[in-house]
Amino acid sequence: MIRLTAITRVFRMGDQEVRALNGIDLDIASGEYVSIMGPSGSGKSTLLNVIGLLDQPNSGRYELDGSDVTDLSETERARVRREKIGFVFQSFHLVPRLTAAENIELPLMLEGIAPAERTARVDAALDAFDLKDRAHHRPAELSGGQRQRVAIARATILRPTALLADEPTGNLDHRIGTEVMELLEGLHHAGTTLIVVTHDRELGARAHRHIAMRDGEIVADEK
Amino acid sequence: MNLRDTLTLSLQTVVSYRTRSLLIVLAMALGVAAVVVLTALGDGARRYVVGQFSSLGTNLVFVLPGRAETSGGFPGAALGQTPRDLTLEDARFIAHLPQVKRMAPLNVGVAELTSGGRLREVTVLGSTSELLPIRHMKLSQGSFLAHGSERSAQIVLGSTLAHEFFPDGEPVGQRIRLGDSRFLVSGVLAPQGESMGFNSDEIVIIPIDYAQELFNTNTLFRILVEARSRTDIEPAKAAIAHALKLRHDGEEDVTVITQDAILATFDRILRALTLGVAGIAAISLAVAGILVMNVMLVAVAQRTSEIGLLKALGAPAADIRRLFFAEALWLSLAGGAIGYALGNLSAWGIRLAYPTLPAWPPHWASLAGVATAILTGIIASLLPAARAARLDPVLALSGK
Repeated sequence: MIRLTAITRVFRMGDQEVRALNGIDLDIASGEYVSIMGPSGSGKSTLLNVIGLLDQPNSGRYELDGSDVTDLSETERARVRREKIGFVFQSFHLVPRLTAAENIELPLMLEGIAPAERTARVDAALDAFDLKDRAHHRPAELSGGQRQRVAIARATILRPTALLADEPTGNLDHRIGTEVMELLEGLHHAGTTLIVVTHDRELGARAHRHIAMRDGEIVADEK
Repeated sequence: MNLRDTLTLSLQTVVSYRTRSLLIVLAMALGVAAVVVLTALGDGARRYVVGQFSSLGTNLVFVLPGRAETSGGFPGAALGQTPRDLTLEDARFIAHLPQVKRMAPLNVGVAELTSGGRLREVTVLGSTSELLPIRHMKLSQGSFLAHGSERSAQIVLGSTLAHEFFPDGEPVGQRIRLGDSRFLVSGVLAPQGESMGFNSDEIVIIPIDYAQELFNTNTLFRILVEARSRTDIEPAKAAIAHALKLRHDGEEDVTVITQDAILATFDRILRALTLGVAGIAAISLAVAGILVMNVMLVAVAQRTSEIGLLKALGAPAADIRRLFFAEALWLSLAGGAIGYALGNLSAWGIRLAYPTLPAWPPHWASLAGVATAILTGIIASLLPAARAARLDPVLALSGK
């Protein structure tokens, strides 16, 4: 499903070039559960951003679901992100002015789905993520675990093929973090491709495939 | 994202940043209100002056002694030298021109009015019976100067003077002294109040011959001429000028102005004045526009990570641009609407406080004020919206 060939991403820091990704070749099949681990600055987040089409590689080729997405325009990449990718962030990234339900509704709004259907789908999501009684609370009134559940509900409301999580438990305590991971794994069992970036060994070990990165290169890839 | 969602979402944003939004709306509203109020004042002044001037009479042509360098100006401009005086004979000659319906010669001066121990300096108009219809004056009692009786010592009193000199009696038929002569009160003018800075309630009118005697002169101050019809105004003007030139040995030493020309001049000047104050008020709208731009730029900086999130959720640049655009639109719409209401309310207050001033904001000004507010709001949001749309999603998400 995801095929990266010789992907390179170079950042310029003053007069220095930093190779965040240095010739990455990677195949991830549909329905896989992959963890990407490595020290900070190893390029794991950049890799996730490239997979999620948030970032564009300087060279190399990226195929998603059988089509070349390397050179898509910004508008087309936005559409692919909307339809195929769900992001879960360490800091949740909820819109503070909007209630839990409205945050979950955002992707449906961007997709241009009719209000009646939106309400039905948001209600179903609130049910599924056990947020029914928090629907009309703003993020500030929610606990960390609830916030991440809202974020996950939002990321999956359009049923993306791939769910990309960047340190999803980084801001949560161990118990809540485990709950969130179980929730993500449940989505994986339902068929979603799950890619988790973490530097937490225990968390990384839960995945079925472990990719280790260092200095912009994949140094280990074990199933 | 469709239009309705864009508008709803941006309205939600506007409402949630309450203080910020209120301040911008206030700035916009004050700008629009300033345009509405100032143009109401300007246009009110124009209507007032034009109305006052129209009330002087219809199809009027004024003849002034002397040739002002610039013709067509305000009568007061004719303070130049007078090579040859305008005389009563000139006036009588004009009266026979075919385009002239009627004519009233005019002399103006100040004299002492005394009766029963009361004494006062008053403005004296010397004229003929024709003055009443030409100037659209009305009487409350008695009769005006009798026709063809310039030699009888009659006097018509302004209403204030009639009250002051005869507080409890019938003024008509009474005798009153003006200067050194005694006059018989034939009538009292109806109260008219101030007109063109001239209070006709505090004047007296006497026959022209007595006035010339009183002021020891044989010249005229003005000749008021009423043309037969609107289309006769210009021919009458030409005929008068021609006739007087002939009478004055071929020298063009009088100024003939039509009421329309003066009216048009006033109208033009006051319209320009209104436009001028509207322009000054519009500057405050431009300032409000810059304020909107500044606040929107701050909003983009504040909401960088949110913009990154929207991009991660798959919002195309156009959606983000439209969201900020809509936000500015809401702010300026609210500002425009509130300003319009505020301006009209103030204009209403002005009309209430000064009933003689018809301070109605002209429609074009209200419309232009609101439109300028919305337009500046939209223009001011272009740069911030474009900046938001251009943000790199990865950097934006990390809040950079």
